[in-house]
Amino acid sequence: MFEALQQWLSGWMWDWLAILITLLIQAVVVILPIMLAVAYLTYAERKVIAYMQVRMGPNRVGPYGLLQPIADAVKLMFKEIVLPSQSNLYLFLIAPILAIAPAIAVWAVVPFAPGWVVADIDAGVLYVLAIASITVYGVVVSGWASNSKYAFLGGLRSSAQKISYEIAMGFALVTVLMVADTMNLSKIVEGQQGGIWHWYLIPLLPMFVVYFIAGVAETNRAPFDIAEGESEIVAGFHVEYSGMAFAVFFLAEYAMMILISYMTAIMFLGGWLSPFEGIPLLETLFAWVPAFWWLALKVAFLLFVFLWFRATFPRYRYDQLMRLGWKVFIPLTIVWVFVVMLLHYFKVGPWFN
Amino acid sequence: MSNSIRHWIKTFGLIELFKGLAVTGKYLFKPKITVRYPEEKTPISFRFRGHHALRRYENGEERCIACKLCEAVCPANAITIESEEREDGTRRTTRYDIDMFKCIYCGFCEEACPVDAIVESRVFEYVFWERGENIMTKEKLLAFGDKHEQIIAADKAADAKYR
Repeated sequence: MFEALQQWLSGWMWDWLAILITLLIQAVVVILPIMLAVAYLTYAERKVIAYMQVRMGPNRVGPYGLLQPIADAVKLMFKEIVLPSQSNLYLFLIAPILAIAPAIAVWAVVPFAPGWVVADIDAGVLYVLAIASITVYGVVVSGWASNSKYAFLGGLRSSAQKISYEIAMGFALVTVLMVADTMNLSKIVEGQQGGIWHWYLIPLLPMFVVYFIAGVAETNRAPFDIAEGESEIVAGFHVEYSGMAFAVFFLAEYAMMILISYMTAIMFLGGWLSPFEGIPLLETLFAWVPAFWWLALKVAFLLFVFLWFRATFPRYRYDQLMRLGWKVFIPLTIVWVFVVMLLHYFKVGPWFN
Repeated sequence: MSNSIRHWIKTFGLIELFKGLAVTGKYLFKPKITVRYPEEKTPISFRFRGHHALRRYENGEERCIACKLCEAVCPANAITIESEEREDGTRRTTRYDIDMFKCIYCGFCEEACPVDAIVESRVFEYVFWERGENIMTKEKLLAFGDKHEQIIAADKAADAKYR
């Protein structure tokens, strides 16, 4: 579709301009729904947590409070951005951008349905890992530039946390790559074709758990939100931010949450593949559902699990967090790399033949 | 040995975590206890101590006889009463002020009153926009009592057998 648009455009303007316009349209088509999803994820979070705490949640703005995220956004846009004195203003203002730019850039390689991907590159997994790890700079820089001890502590904690959990995450992905034999996200999904028992969830169940938990830690979500830690360091790295600068940090955090859910769904839950594939009656019954909706459903469920975690678990202490990352997840993932190696060598099951 | 195996299974099976998730998952579907206040209201006792009112007898005569028991009993000194003799020789108040900011809504005035003149109604939704409005004068209290006489009378009747 976009190629046709580009060709049509280059018929009456410079080629480079046609490419640029097409790319911009592609970017908007991806970013806009994500920003909307982020807005309504905040609403869903408040509702889900409220319901789990036997409350109603937001229900004043619009029917069932559905306009709440818009009211929040308008409020934040009109608030003053307070610039702390003695802070490094250049870094202070660039930090939110450092946080959100990678959170948006990763979406370039994420496939939403067969062929629905902006850049179908072969090193997709590598790209996601590389870009997603840049978000830590936003947190660290904001913590440093705020000239506040709480922000500084939050930034330090966050950097340590993200670095330790990225290793476990990377190893978990190594097992996926060993099973899938490719780094292209679309091809990883295609490799899981053939029914629910072909999904990588089954041979890599511990890795699925490790990846998802490490993802929760990566996005600074409860119970791993020690970078925010409102009970001990106020709000961590974003104490000094207000108005839209603060909102940008929030957008980045939630966009990363959605991204982690997408990656988990793509790599372990068969992406856009229907769970009823290969089951005689159900397959035909659900054949009309577009591929994208299966992926969206899986992502929605994983996002719900994020919120469920937040409503359930108390925050980890810093040393417990480090212990879990270094002493549990990393050994576990390394052991499973060897297990997958053996499974691969002996060509076990429906996954390795 | 078996103990350590059990511990190991418990830890890596994330048993406790799933138990916790089950609890919150169960509460997700429980009926919510929130009362959506302006639309829904919780039931109020007939003894609720809200906005004050001065009552009248059925023939229109005001009940208050200016005995000043309420003024004496008021722990917050919120009530100010001045009185004089009326043309027909009875003692009546010329001034009956309650400072609603001072009032602690203890209900002592109501209990002290020998003629059930000063009462506290179940009305609690009132607001003062400016300073000075918080002083409830005799006229305001009587007007309030006239306005809500029905519900006040019903509340007093319900409370009567306990007094």
